[in-house]
Amino acid sequence: MNTFESRKKSREFNEKLIKLALISAATISILTTFGILFSILFEAIEFFKLRSFWYFITGTTWSPGVIGSQFGALPIFAGTFVITIIALGVAIPIGLGSAIYMSEYASPKVRDYLKPLLEILAGIPSVVYGFFAAITVAPLVVKAAEMVGLEATFNSALASGIVMGIMIIPTISSLSDDVIRAVPDSQRKAAFGLGMTHGETIKDIVLPSAMPGIISASLLALSKALGETMVVVMAAGLRPNLSWNPLEDMTTVTVTIVNALVGDFEFSSPETLSAFALGLILFIVTLILNMISLSLIRKFKEKYKVNTL
Amino acid sequence: MIRRKKQKINNNPFYDPNLKARHTSAKRFKKFTLTSLIFSIAFLGFFLFDIIGKGIPAFHVAYIQVDVTYNEKSLDDTRFAVDKKYRDVVSRAWLRDIPLLVKENPNFMNTTLTTWVLADDQVDQYLKGHNHKLKENEIAFVDELNAQGLIERKFNTIFFTNGDSKIPEYAGLFSAIVGSILTLIITMVVAFPIGVMTAIYLEEFAGDNKFTRFIEININNLAAIPAILFGLLGLAIFINLFGIPRSSPLVGGLTLALMTLPIIIVSSRAALRAVPDSIRQAGYGLGLNKIQVTKDHVLPLAFPGILTGSILGLAHAMGETAPLIIIGMIAFIPDAPSTVTQAATVMPAQLFTWAGMPEGMYIEKTAAGIMVLLTILISLNTIAIYLRKKFEVKW
Repeated sequence: MNTFESRKKSREFNEKLIKLALISAATISILTTFGILFSILFEAIEFFKLRSFWYFITGTTWSPGVIGSQFGALPIFAGTFVITIIALGVAIPIGLGSAIYMSEYASPKVRDYLKPLLEILAGIPSVVYGFFAAITVAPLVVKAAEMVGLEATFNSALASGIVMGIMIIPTISSLSDDVIRAVPDSQRKAAFGLGMTHGETIKDIVLPSAMPGIISASLLALSKALGETMVVVMAAGLRPNLSWNPLEDMTTVTVTIVNALVGDFEFSSPETLSAFALGLILFIVTLILNMISLSLIRKFKEKYKVNTL
Repeated sequence: MIRRKKQKINNNPFYDPNLKARHTSAKRFKKFTLTSLIFSIAFLGFFLFDIIGKGIPAFHVAYIQVDVTYNEKSLDDTRFAVDKKYRDVVSRAWLRDIPLLVKENPNFMNTTLTTWVLADDQVDQYLKGHNHKLKENEIAFVDELNAQGLIERKFNTIFFTNGDSKIPEYAGLFSAIVGSILTLIITMVVAFPIGVMTAIYLEEFAGDNKFTRFIEININNLAAIPAILFGLLGLAIFINLFGIPRSSPLVGGLTLALMTLPIIIVSSRAALRAVPDSIRQAGYGLGLNKIQVTKDHVLPLAFPGILTGSILGLAHAMGETAPLIIIGMIAFIPDAPSTVTQAATVMPAQLFTWAGMPEGMYIEKTAAGIMVLLTILISLNTIAIYLRKKFEVKW
């Protein structure tokens, strides 16, 4: 009896130990998020001790590395915005169109072949897209612009925007496809019963029902485009340029972060710390976008009672 | 006949005069969706065609048959090993390695051997019909050699056995491949156990409470944080706070591990959830406790799914570049690292460095490197899909 109790005790102790190990493993994901937040936040605070926050947000001159350097990030935000808009302009129609075709028109067999093909696009590393944008697409853009009598630079915002758009097609198409398929079939049948054509059923019934999921996918794609680094580092410009012309060169938040950190500046210099200030803005914006996206998809899941998303 | 048909239409209470237009619009919509899908696939085709077209030439490189003299003088200044007229057309880097060659083969000393010597990158580019910087007289000389059959294009073994080099024809992927392997070993050693343990906790042990939900939201967010911010974390915490050497596979592996974690957790949870409850209940019925049930019954059944997810996570980490640039893994690494604390570079970072070089041969090698990288990634994905298919259990 005694040995039985001691064995039970040691087993209970072991159980507690294992459970503790499991909990601490789960905590690491939390630690990582906070690690990112605080490591960026503290360095960004250091930066704002040196330079004004207000000028950082609204200033139009970004000139690191010179005497009297200024850190006005508005042209950088503008460049990021322009490239992201181009990317979404490419990715949303194509991604959504592909998703609709796969979920509504294609036979299951065709779909089984098409979906992995689109997923290859998602599996290609971004450095490869960057190489493709810089070596192949950028000269094509220059040539195309020449043909219509315009002048484009070899690191135009258009080239990197288009390639980035293609890169995020799978983000939109894959999630939208799942969402559209999760819309209950009864809705489609009711629409057919009322004499609607297939096109009308999709446009007026299925898509509005799936809209929260589609918006969620688009927000996720937006956050991905904002944070994408390699394509713009390799194909977009380095010059902060406050312009709306997509044929000019522009720089983005991520490009500026990379350039600030691969330079030969001291870690405590405002040049290096400015990367963390930009990183903080990027973190906050993408976090908000992700939160909205997640809550939209959760609401969709609750409404149609699906667990497969 | 015609009149009757018209009458029929007019009498039909369901007749909609817009019906034809509506059907056309439906067809147009279908065409639009098909076009967008075809565009995505066509892009993939164009992309692969373009990369392969650019990369294939790099797998062959020009060699020139030259008399190489091995003596004191040529060991001292390796340019004297070949005749003066050849000096500008053979590779400087190849000649620079002559002392090493003599060290390995002492009987070469004081002999003159006819050898296939690696050509200069400009000669190689000229022969491939790309942009080159050869002068008129050099072009004539190369053409003459070519006509005599003294130039041959051989398989580019250098590309797979050398590290990076400042001389284009001598640059290879080897040290980057070793760097990638070391980095990914660290990544998996850290991310796999933590990821699986987190998944087990969330699926098997945790109740539905605030803490669990917080972890879940956290993991979802972590998956969507831009990669470059993980680089900032690595720089600020691993390098500046913990003092891990910059550019080392250790710091790169740890950073990538944090990025791979969400992928492993999500796929492991899905695999654990797919194991039916009857297995667990049968275990409890036999008097097993929770840990025994999980360890001996649920985990083995979920393992193929966990493995598949981990391989996909590994493939993802393998192609990641941005955070590694931030932590300095784009250093110039001619020799492969042998420990995880030495400076190293990884394959995608090496490709990034080459893509920024002005010489045509580096561009060619970048495309070839992309082919190697994509081949590895596609193989990993195929293995993952194969494993899933092979061990998939239908409950």
